[in-house]
Amino acid sequence: MLVPEAVLDRAHEDVHKTQPWNNPDAVPYIRFENVTKKFGDFYAVDDVSLDIYRHELFALLGGSGCGKTTLLRMLAGFEEPTSGKIYIDGVDMDGVPAYERPTNMMFQSYALFPHMSVEQNVAFGLVQDGVSRSEIRELVAEMLGLVQMSKFAKRKPHQLSGGQRQRVALARSLIKRPKVLLLDEPLGALDKKLREQTQFELVNIQEKVGTTFVMVTHDQEEAMTMASRIAVMNEGVINQIGTPFELYEYPNSRYTANFLGQVNLIEGVLVDDDEKYAVIKSDEAGCEIYIDHAVQGHEGMTFWAAIRPERLRLTKEAPEDTKYNCVSGKVEEIGYLGGISTYHVRLASGKRIKVTEPNSTRQIEPRYTWEDSVWVSWEAGAASVLNQ
Amino acid sequence: MSGKRSTFLISALAFGFAFLYVPILLVIIYSFNEGKLVTVWSGFSTKWYVSLFNNDGMIDAAWNSLRIGVMSATLALALGTPAGLVMSRFGRFKGRTLFSGMIAAPLVMPEVITGLSLLLLFVTLEQIVGWPAGRGISTITIAHSTFCAAYVAVVVQSRLSGMDISVEEAAMDLGAKPGKIFFVITLPMILPALLAGWLLSFTLSLDDLVIASFVAGPGSTTLPMKVFSSVRLGVSPEINALATLIILAVSILIVIASIMILRSERMRNRTANASDI
Amino acid sequence: MSSDKLTLKQRFDRWMIKHGRVLVIGIPYFWLFLFFLVPFLIVLKISFSMAEYAQPPYSALFAWIDEGVTITLNFGNYLFLLSDSLYATAYLNSIRIAAISTVITLLIGYPMAYGIARARGSMRSVLLMLVILPFWTSFLIRVYAWIGILDREGLINAFLLWTGIISEPLIMRQTEFAVYVGIVYTYLPFMILPLYSTLEKMDISLIEAALDLGCKPWQAFVKVTLPLSLPGILAGSLLVFIPAVGEFVIPELLGGPNTLMIGRTLWNEFFANRDWPIASAVAIAMLVFLVVPIMWFQHIQTKQEEGQQ
Ligand SMILES: Nc1ncnc2c1ncn2[C@@H]1O[C@H](COP(=O)(O)OP(=O)(O)OP(=O)(O)O)[C@@H](O)[C@H]1O
Ligand SMILES: [Mg+2]
Repeated sequence: MLVPEAVLDRAHEDVHKTQPWNNPDAVPYIRFENVTKKFGDFYAVDDVSLDIYRHELFALLGGSGCGKTTLLRMLAGFEEPTSGKIYIDGVDMDGVPAYERPTNMMFQSYALFPHMSVEQNVAFGLVQDGVSRSEIRELVAEMLGLVQMSKFAKRKPHQLSGGQRQRVALARSLIKRPKVLLLDEPLGALDKKLREQTQFELVNIQEKVGTTFVMVTHDQEEAMTMASRIAVMNEGVINQIGTPFELYEYPNSRYTANFLGQVNLIEGVLVDDDEKYAVIKSDEAGCEIYIDHAVQGHEGMTFWAAIRPERLRLTKEAPEDTKYNCVSGKVEEIGYLGGISTYHVRLASGKRIKVTEPNSTRQIEPRYTWEDSVWVSWEAGAASVLNQ
Repeated sequence: MSGKRSTFLISALAFGFAFLYVPILLVIIYSFNEGKLVTVWSGFSTKWYVSLFNNDGMIDAAWNSLRIGVMSATLALALGTPAGLVMSRFGRFKGRTLFSGMIAAPLVMPEVITGLSLLLLFVTLEQIVGWPAGRGISTITIAHSTFCAAYVAVVVQSRLSGMDISVEEAAMDLGAKPGKIFFVITLPMILPALLAGWLLSFTLSLDDLVIASFVAGPGSTTLPMKVFSSVRLGVSPEINALATLIILAVSILIVIASIMILRSERMRNRTANASDI
Repeated sequence: MSSDKLTLKQRFDRWMIKHGRVLVIGIPYFWLFLFFLVPFLIVLKISFSMAEYAQPPYSALFAWIDEGVTITLNFGNYLFLLSDSLYATAYLNSIRIAAISTVITLLIGYPMAYGIARARGSMRSVLLMLVILPFWTSFLIRVYAWIGILDREGLINAFLLWTGIISEPLIMRQTEFAVYVGIVYTYLPFMILPLYSTLEKMDISLIEAALDLGCKPWQAFVKVTLPLSLPGILAGSLLVFIPAVGEFVIPELLGGPNTLMIGRTLWNEFFANRDWPIASAVAIAMLVFLVVPIMWFQHIQTKQEEGQQ
């Protein structure tokens, strides 16, 4: 990982509790060991190793068809890994059928039993365990209260709205107090507003019940809002695992950098490599990029400097020092979004750089207009250096 | 839609439905004809119904057919439901291709071949193991349930593959074992398909002449066999009376069923709309 | 947990989980195997034996001679099928009659299905019910209805004679024409239903788009509606053609003695001539030249559909 020592150094006792993944002694709650799943000749999941700790809200993030659902279904017991092992709470899950696993799943389609009322749906898991009737009634009432569905207990699923169905599905999967709750795109079917509202509710419920959540999503914003850690997947492989902060600030590859938020990727060649700094010369941008830390690699190697649009500064006049981290170009496109504005600046080389600026003061007219000649500059610490 | 075209469609529909229903209506009308000839209307009478009910051979045959129909439909359901389940839910297993072939083939098999082959099987079995001793209602039932099971399997399979499999997975996830999932979740959800499958099998069995003729024995004449032997000789007013009764019974059942389906759909829509508000 | 502490129910549960799958597959498998597949093997066997006046009326294929099994294969039955042109004629006739009836059924059924698909909501369900209703009434009786109409002393002749258009009754029953009428009549619902379901699913804005782009209505029909309803046409045609080819009842009741169809030929060999081996040989020939091609065609068809998805 390209996370600087400084970030990891902050790990002390307190951090060990809230960030067990930084504690070498912590025992993972869920463990994937070199898990591979093949459908025919196709590798849906390819040699994935992954540790998830107790009480985490862990998100699997990735594009369509990258194997997120497959990974989740192997954890739930609906698919057998082709090779590799899965442990939950130290127990090898090999050969344990879905109905005996300490996991419950909230399905993407909700999968509510259409012929049963809300109450019966929620009670289903307890009925299977032979819990007494009075206890079931009590627990169901409590759970419906938690998801604010008490009013609808007698309804059938087809008489509910999408958001209500989603709550029933959540209640049903939580009622058995599973060790791990699996959520496959839990908010996929909801509209944007309801979705944002539900994200926070889900996090609150997770904190209340303390269950470990493993969630699949392809919405990076959702993953960043909700998750303690995120695994970014691509074509069956996990590209990077980290907290939202780590992934955004220290991506390890162009794929991750692109997947979480927006980024300018500037290709260049390492020309100066020191213990304290590095310089990358980019023909594409027509400038030299000064990096304030050492880079693993040798001179002449190709690197990409990844710079987030909001870390770029836009000025009309040239900055004082134009030797490093500074390019000039013309404003080609302007997007006014209210709180911020985005600018596309075309450099002499033809490359386009995206810059976002907060509109922190009220202006009489826009600061820049089309075809304005501008300078784009950034701090030495703004760029992360990627070699893949 | 242009007026010319809709006139064409309306006349096509009118012609088509006339083609479908006029023959049936004529059969019904002439069942009340006094005389024996179809061409001449010689007055209203219900005497052919009386003579039909006094025709012991016909009544026995009808009774045989009903018994065979109920038994075959039930047996076909018992065989076809697991077969449909296997086809849509069990994934790959050894011999799956043969299995799916044995389900698809009866649907395209000419009845004469099915009938002949089953008869030869029964004869051979009787020679070798002494069972079935002679042929009769039981052999007809076996024959009917075999080809009806294929129909049931297809109906069940198509219903199951249209059904979201994650509902069953959810049940398993919540701790229900496979057998229980089938009875508590799958079965209630495919119940309409099962009902349709049963009715289809019952009708097919009731309607079958060819296969039954091959595998029937003495004393197991079914209604179609009886009707066939009398119809072969030409028109008979008694058959008209029988046809009228059958058409009446079927129409009443169909109308009741459609009204029930319509009503339940309407209820469903209404409640769904109510929840949107 | 040691196994002898398990209750009976627990043991049963475990056993079911372990063997349930095999059981669920096994029971229908065994049944279909015994009552569907094995019979064909027997038919095959008997098609190689000789007819005898015995009970059952055919010779044994296997014989114990000198403590070894000898199999006497008798190709005579098949040679007979080839030598007597009756069988080839019946086979070709069946295909021709079934094909022509299918086309007529399509011509009548397509406009009806189209009309139903374009009808308004409640009207549509009523029309659809009217199409389905005859299917649930007895097949035999629907064929029977036409005897009274087409007969020499039937209703059409009576009517025409009465009006004076003809002076001699027309011969309609016991002709191939009557067979066409019977097949079209009894199988029309099978054509309409699949056609209806593809036409009903079709987006009407596609036709509007075609009209918008300058097609005349008939061009829009030929270029958009017709190609899109091809799957329905194919499904409906197969549903009519397949049972029509092997049809026995319709040619027997409505056709004349010369209206040879292969199903009828088999029936007659079996019931009238009591020649089981020849009947078996006819059955095997039908299987090879009719059922196998149809199943193969359907197989290709479903594969293509899967490929398109
Ligand atoms: N049962 C199966 N048989 C064959 N291939 C499968 C099967 N299930 C999944 N796949 C394939 O495995 C790959 C990963 O599928 P998966 O459902 O895990 O994707 P995903 O990451 O959840 O995508 P999405 O975001 O679209 O839900 C896909 O390419 C898919 O086609
Ligand atoms: Mg998925």
